[in-house]
Amino acid sequence: MDIRETLFKPVFRDNPIALQILGICSALAVTSSMQVSLVMAIALTLVTAFSSFFISTIRNYIPSSIRIIVQMTIIASLVIVVDQILKAVAYEISKQLSVFVGLIITNCIVMGRAEAYAMKNPPVPSFLDGLGNGLGYSFVLMVIAFIRELFGSGKLFGVEVLPLVTEGGWYTPNGLLLLPPSAFFLIGLLIWAIRSWQKDQVEQPEFRISQHTAMEESA
Amino acid sequence: MSSNKEGLSRVLTVAFALCIVCSVVVSTAAVLLKPAQAVNKTRDLKRNILMAAGLYDPALTVEEQFERVTTRMVDIESGTYVSDVDPNGFDPRAAAKDPARSRALDPEEDVAKILRRSDHALVYLVNDEAGQLDKVILPIHGYGLWSTLYGFVALESDANTIAGLGFYEHGETPGLGGEVDNPRWKALWEGKQAYRDGQVAINVAKGAVNPQSPAANWQVDGLSGATLTSRGVSNLVQFWLGAEGFQPYLTNLRGGDA
Repeated sequence: MDIRETLFKPVFRDNPIALQILGICSALAVTSSMQVSLVMAIALTLVTAFSSFFISTIRNYIPSSIRIIVQMTIIASLVIVVDQILKAVAYEISKQLSVFVGLIITNCIVMGRAEAYAMKNPPVPSFLDGLGNGLGYSFVLMVIAFIRELFGSGKLFGVEVLPLVTEGGWYTPNGLLLLPPSAFFLIGLLIWAIRSWQKDQVEQPEFRISQHTAMEESA
Repeated sequence: MSSNKEGLSRVLTVAFALCIVCSVVVSTAAVLLKPAQAVNKTRDLKRNILMAAGLYDPALTVEEQFERVTTRMVDIESGTYVSDVDPNGFDPRAAAKDPARSRALDPEEDVAKILRRSDHALVYLVNDEAGQLDKVILPIHGYGLWSTLYGFVALESDANTIAGLGFYEHGETPGLGGEVDNPRWKALWEGKQAYRDGQVAINVAKGAVNPQSPAANWQVDGLSGATLTSRGVSNLVQFWLGAEGFQPYLTNLRGGDA
């Protein structure tokens, strides 16, 4: 087992959002501010790492007929614990994240890693794999949030960077960046950038459109 | 791995054990963290009340600042204080849904689009250092474009001049209707008059208010790109300061016999 490989491969080479295209919905919803994204990223990383760890620990006892519901139960319990902790220590942020913490349960990254990795590997590598995938998710989230918050509201972590016209400055914010669809475009551009850099991620086309031959045949 | 891993008894044992463990973990977390969450929730409400009145100072704790505030329960219909209900346990949203403690509004009087109005409400009185009434803070809510906006409006002791307005919960479009949170827009409310000849006159104009206009004292600039949110805010402020809202109470307060 190569620790570095397990931990860092999901960040760039096998990123859950950019390559596996998992966990997009929360990436669209919470990335309008960096602070909220950071908390979401930490919450998801912890849940993925610990759920993989626990599922892997009991993987030899889980009957395969109920394995998905067992994974869901463990993930859901961890998410509730995280949500309760956030409400107790970071109330403001938990209000902004609202339902999205609860929706970590349905985040495909958590389930995906539990099913694809933790069910077949020992606890420690599973923990690292969960951590790595959480970091991969966090990396994308922070990049998107950086762009959206900087150009959408002229701030980074709530601190003014580009003075807005409405506050007497010079920067006219791009309202589109505050709306969820902008994250879709940004993730698309990011995937393009990553695949231009790491050519092996480019998928083979499933089919090629052949040349149009009807004219010659009819002639 | 045991041979009978897929057996029915094995499935049931695993499911049962897992449920026990998970429910213990979840309930332990919920029980242990409940006091801290309750503190946060009250503190958040108090902070919102103080922010609406423009009294909030981040350097001081919320509890310290809230010492100057008295919470009273008001019967909205008659505009008098109620003392037989404990204000601490009062949940305004639950009360507004409870047919025994609220009244369905006719469509024509329901300008704020809230459907039901509770019979009672909590008002917050802020006293100055000398113990005299300085500001009165009233809870308001109503429908904007996408969502119900929940907030507070603060009036000076004359029960007419607006001292501040703020929303603590809404789902309006960020950057457009979401600009109801913009401190510069909220500051426009300060010093405006709520009533003109005994009628609610305060409203949100479409576009900027002409300062020369005779109505300028009762008007606030609309939010650009957010006509429907502005209209919603205008309606809900008018509703809650109007005859179905806190007007009877404010009249009593002015007369000194609330």
